[in-house]
Amino acid sequence: MNQDLKALLVRLSPQLIALASILLLIFMMFPSFFNIGIQNGRLYGSLIDVLNRGAPVALIAIGMTLVIATKGIDLSVGAVIAITGAVAASSAVAGNSLAYTIVLALGTGLLCGLWNGALVALLGIQPIIATLVLMVAGRGIAQLITEGAILTFNDEGLIFFGSGSLAFLPMPVVIWVVFGLLVALVVRRTALGMLVEAIGINRRASMLSGVRTSVLLMAVYALSGLSAAIAGVIVAADIRGADANNAGLWLELDAILAVVVGGNSLLGGRFSILGSLIGAMIIQAVNTGILLSGFPPEFNLIIKAAIIVVILMIQSPRAATLLEFFRKAPESVKERT
Amino acid sequence: MADHSADILVASEICKSFPGAKALDNVSFSLRAGEVHALLGENGAGKSTLIKCMTGAYARDSGALMLSGSTIDPRDTLAAQQLGIGTVYQEVNLLPNLSVAENLYLGRQPRRFGLTDNRRMNRQARELLNGYGIDIDVTAQLDRYSVAIQQVIAIARAVDLSGKVLILDEPTASLDSHEVAMLFNVVRSLKKRGLGIVFITHFLEQVYEISDRITVLRNGRLVGTHDTAELPRKQLISLMLGRELAQTEHLARMTSANAGEIRFRFSNFGKRGKIKPFDIDVKAGEVIGVAGLLGSGRTETAEVLFGVDHADSGRAEIDGKPVRIGSPRAAIEHGFGFCPEDRKSDGIIGDLSIRENIALALQARRGWSRPLSRAAQNELADRYIKALDIRTTDREKAIRLLSGGNQQKVILARWLATNPQFLILDEPTRGIDVGAHAEIIRLIEDLCDQGMSLLVISSELEELVAYSSRIIVLRDREHVAELQGERISAGAIVEAIAASRLPEDA
Repeated sequence: MNQDLKALLVRLSPQLIALASILLLIFMMFPSFFNIGIQNGRLYGSLIDVLNRGAPVALIAIGMTLVIATKGIDLSVGAVIAITGAVAASSAVAGNSLAYTIVLALGTGLLCGLWNGALVALLGIQPIIATLVLMVAGRGIAQLITEGAILTFNDEGLIFFGSGSLAFLPMPVVIWVVFGLLVALVVRRTALGMLVEAIGINRRASMLSGVRTSVLLMAVYALSGLSAAIAGVIVAADIRGADANNAGLWLELDAILAVVVGGNSLLGGRFSILGSLIGAMIIQAVNTGILLSGFPPEFNLIIKAAIIVVILMIQSPRAATLLEFFRKAPESVKERT
Repeated sequence: MADHSADILVASEICKSFPGAKALDNVSFSLRAGEVHALLGENGAGKSTLIKCMTGAYARDSGALMLSGSTIDPRDTLAAQQLGIGTVYQEVNLLPNLSVAENLYLGRQPRRFGLTDNRRMNRQARELLNGYGIDIDVTAQLDRYSVAIQQVIAIARAVDLSGKVLILDEPTASLDSHEVAMLFNVVRSLKKRGLGIVFITHFLEQVYEISDRITVLRNGRLVGTHDTAELPRKQLISLMLGRELAQTEHLARMTSANAGEIRFRFSNFGKRGKIKPFDIDVKAGEVIGVAGLLGSGRTETAEVLFGVDHADSGRAEIDGKPVRIGSPRAAIEHGFGFCPEDRKSDGIIGDLSIRENIALALQARRGWSRPLSRAAQNELADRYIKALDIRTTDREKAIRLLSGGNQQKVILARWLATNPQFLILDEPTRGIDVGAHAEIIRLIEDLCDQGMSLLVISSELEELVAYSSRIIVLRDREHVAELQGERISAGAIVEAIAASRLPEDA
């Protein structure tokens, strides 16, 4: 067990180091960054804000990790956030019970995922095209549900998922942490993880070994839809309304980035949900850091891109060999420092 | 070795180490102009490393290289090519979506007014290939042609670029016998033109057919260089292995002849467009051999039996009870196992560990919710690593890092772990080294003795004859003959394949 933990730390060390250095960088500019206080029975502070704001990306990164592990991709998650947000909002406006609303929204997300999964697993359509269908159509569907307007609601129960708190933590943080741990546990305590990795590395060989490749692929896309639905509910609850045009816009790209920054290969195979979650936090920390720094907003995306390029470069295998090269000549390095 | 003046390429005392392993230890090698020199050794003996040191793909640690009497030091394969050393690999290194002519002249197309002169390029390509006895449409896309033709095109390009030394790294691994004959004609004509040719292969028949001298490597050391004519096959094998091979031939057939009752019966089984309906009865404890030329329906037979292609006619019975085999999963439920021919694309899960690869089929059968514990997986992996003598540093190594023979053993272990009743092996010994080859044959015989039913497809007839109790002969996607008992011999198989052609010829 101890050895497994060590292996996990080694695997996640680039992500942890990247996260730590970004937090340190922000701390050096804003010494108050790590200040955390308690107000109204919940924790407040920039760090908590990072965890809270990062919830949607963290959630969809969980499903995306498994999809990418099967050598797939899910571009529709942003649109699914819009759809499920719209479903939750309209259900709340119609006066349905909270449980009914949540089940309806999550069910819709599952259905969206199954649709993607069916296109990929049963019809054999390339994942990027198959999920593009829903990515494009999804916002249209969401607009149909909200009838083109921003649908606001006042259901306190639903709003709780966006701005409530549990055990001093904002509700979104509780949700993504619990959901992430749950999925990671289920995947690793059962054989799902290994079978998903096998499909991603060699689908035909897995099929020939008796792995139910189609069923598992459907399940993985369904999980991605479910993750997006949870994120959709949180996003809607946060703004107390459903914005079909902007909810979850471009979040699929952030989620893919989180998975990659988390050290997972887009070519499928070995994956780490924990890595993706740290990746999501890295991205959110960068976002928050840039906002705090007060750069003109037009610089934000460029700075974010630059930081991510640096992180990806540090992670690349070539960088590792380069580092090895410098370690072989420690004298020259020492002289400079 | 006496006539040094004729040596075109001399490598002396080459050493090369990788982290944790000495891949080449003071290996010397000389190649004469106008000879075919076979470079042999088990997987991991250092053949590829030696080749890569000679072509500049690896930087050697020490030792010297001389080409035509002058010292050379190629930095990379491109430099070696320009010096005159060309290499053709097993997997053709050409661009399948370009035309034949473009492949031949890629990077050096004839130009006119700064533009590619397609007409001249196509004419030159046609002339070049005519020199190899090939007359094809050079403007057609490369992947329209068979691997054998592509192989010759690769050779033509390499010789045209380099022209002194040609290195062929397992060029015949995926060719059938006609194609090998064609390739060898090309090699012989190049030999006459005075090229030195290094030939790496696992097929010993081919070594004796084409090579003039043989150099054997073992564990990174030079074992010796011999004239082919003076080295009997048995001695060659013992040089490669460092030990004598036990003679197991013909013994197995005696034991498997007294097989048990019919367990698996397939009647009128077939799939349109893949394989004509056939009947097979498999008894407990017998090996059924399947022989036929490439494309005769051997793999199709296996895939229909295993449910990869859903049979559209006939029925399957196990112990007299009808069963439906609609998918590999259903086949596995009924105790089937299948080692596919194309190990890389259909067998191994490259990035997963040996442990996971072995556990995969068993785990898939149990379902995702009933995981094999890590301890159980470890036990399983260790047991088969030991039982099948899988050479690896540990069970957590990714399977793609193993040699072909060891990968094959892992795939076999994957099926043995499911405790199968009926095992289908498609070319279980293709592309693996002599040692692993003998071990896999021994394993087939052991399994059969334990009462397992096997169906083995192989293009090595001697091998089939050695362990099969019956042999089914295929041609043109049809089962044309079944040989039993005394009638089983390599000659009889060849006759059966040939005889069945007669009605159509007449």
